[in-house]
Amino acid sequence: MTKRRPVTFNHNPLLKNGLPGWRVRVVMLGLMCGSLALTGRAAYLQGVNNDFLQAKGESRYARVIEAPATRGRVTDRNGDMLAVSTPVRSIWAIPSDAQLSPADMRKLAALLEIDVQELDRRLGSGREFVYLKRQLSPELAQQIADLKLPGIHQQQEFRRYYPGGEVMAHVLGFTGVDDKGQEGVELAFENSLAGKPGVRRVIRDRRGQVVDDVEWVRSPRDGEDLALSVDSKIQYIAYSALRQAMTTHKAKAGASVVLDARTGEILALVNAPTYNPNNRTDLSGAQLRNRVFTDTFEPGSTMKPFTIALALERGKVRPGSMVDTGAGRITIGKATISDSHHNGMLSVAQVIQKSSNVGTVKIAMNFQPEEMWRNFDALGFGKPLSLGFPGEAGGRLRPAHTWKPVEQATMSFGHGISVSLIQLAHAYLVFARDGEMVPLSLRKLDGPPAGGKRVFSSETVHEMRAMLEMVVSPGGTAPRAQISGYRVAGKTGTAHKLEGGHYANKYVSSFVGMVPASDPRIIVAVMIDEPSAGQYYGGTVAAPVFAQIAEGALRTLGVPPDAPLVPLQLAQKAGDPPPVKESM
Amino acid sequence: MIRVDAFLVAIAVASALGVVGSQHQARKLYAELEREQTRMHGLEVEWDQLQLEQSTWAAHARVEKIARERLGMRVPPSGQLFSVEVAQ
Repeated sequence: MTKRRPVTFNHNPLLKNGLPGWRVRVVMLGLMCGSLALTGRAAYLQGVNNDFLQAKGESRYARVIEAPATRGRVTDRNGDMLAVSTPVRSIWAIPSDAQLSPADMRKLAALLEIDVQELDRRLGSGREFVYLKRQLSPELAQQIADLKLPGIHQQQEFRRYYPGGEVMAHVLGFTGVDDKGQEGVELAFENSLAGKPGVRRVIRDRRGQVVDDVEWVRSPRDGEDLALSVDSKIQYIAYSALRQAMTTHKAKAGASVVLDARTGEILALVNAPTYNPNNRTDLSGAQLRNRVFTDTFEPGSTMKPFTIALALERGKVRPGSMVDTGAGRITIGKATISDSHHNGMLSVAQVIQKSSNVGTVKIAMNFQPEEMWRNFDALGFGKPLSLGFPGEAGGRLRPAHTWKPVEQATMSFGHGISVSLIQLAHAYLVFARDGEMVPLSLRKLDGPPAGGKRVFSSETVHEMRAMLEMVVSPGGTAPRAQISGYRVAGKTGTAHKLEGGHYANKYVSSFVGMVPASDPRIIVAVMIDEPSAGQYYGGTVAAPVFAQIAEGALRTLGVPPDAPLVPLQLAQKAGDPPPVKESM
Repeated sequence: MIRVDAFLVAIAVASALGVVGSQHQARKLYAELEREQTRMHGLEVEWDQLQLEQSTWAAHARVEKIARERLGMRVPPSGQLFSVEVAQ
């Protein structure tokens, strides 16, 4: 038995003959090249071009998510909520991904409250992205999410609610489906109310939970809350008084505004007809219209006090000066201006009390047009108030050098000039604030604004207030504006409406007044457009609305009475003069 | 020599485990923070909704209707009003 020699690698018989050395070297070289290539590639991926791979890797766990910001709340001056955004969800779909079984379709359609056919049509529209329903409640959206349907997605949005409903509609306006302001305060203060959503990068785990914050790309900024100057209680009082008057007088429209005489804050602002901002299907333009700001009208007699006050200021007349209104007619150029009845000799105070056109014209013709224009301009007529409200009208006040004498005459009693109700109320601030004008504010102010602009001296204003009180007393044009316990000063206006260049048989009745007359706290302006139940004088249509609003507002504000609390003597006693019809 | 090596390896392993542990802890705490923030947001939303609800119940129109119809209240006529001076 031969002893077998063990075969080791070194002594492999195959190698015994010895291979040529070049073959070994070729293999070695090949292996080295291979390993060099691998090292180079690895170095390239790790060192030089690592961004791409890192981004790819990060996308497996890092996500950029949007952090929503809420829109600011709107409150009234006492902190009552007027507008709040709450989260809702919108359901959208990628139609090509959404291959639903008929049963799923029915379930989804039922939850969305739309027809199956309609749902089918939307999903078959061939678009990349389609909204199925916007602004669903979070609970309902959760039910849809629980169905786990492919291609059906949700996104968070906000919906604005207005608990004040139609009472506050014109002050607040509303936001669109994208939570951006479209009308009213929502539009006027859009910049401060709107929130800025933030963006942040986070790390998510396998289950989709956020496990770590990487960075805030942009912090979210919630919209600022806004406290309005409006008092929701006074607003409601004004709203119900106006609505009642609209029904009683079968009017086409109406508007009212209440101002705080001390600060120039707008305490209430109502329009009729109105709308419910929470349900804005089939809205008409007439409902949306914010007449207080956007509608201008010829104010009529409510302008007379400004003309007379200018005459007092310039020393042209005294309250006791007598004016001959003759037979209630005056001819200027070719036009004749008349009063509704003959007054004969009137004192300046009676011109206001009985609202005599002829008397006002006679006093006004003492002025240069320029003087009158400057007075109107200082009172804010002819230019918008610049409160930032959408569609603010400036009214019409032509430059003085274009005035013809007859125009100067008609402007003195409020025709041939057009104003908005808010401008008119603003101008009456001058009588309530002892001759000073201050800008109006929709935001709540902490105190009276500094630096009013003086237009009349305080003596002139006191004389004028005394005359305006006579308007409301028996024998004036508006005894129905009286309020028990308070002295009232105000002025009626009844103007023919201008239609197609002619005065039609339609009227605008207005009343602007201030209470308490001894030291005015509020100004209330009321305008009723086309009352058509027979009565149309400012003293019978607008004055009672004024009284109702002012009485409620005084009670709300807790203003102490400045007159004895006695039942009003509105009923005619035998000896009393009948209430005066004003001129137009 | 081998002892020193073993010691260093042991320290390295302990430190590695410590990193893993604290990372896990951090993630857990972060998840909790996240949950609390979500809850805070939810409560804020609920607060808004409750305020909305309150405003709806306290709407002046509703209060007036109930006061007039159910409670039979009315605004006193001017003859029944008295003004009371408050002593300073």
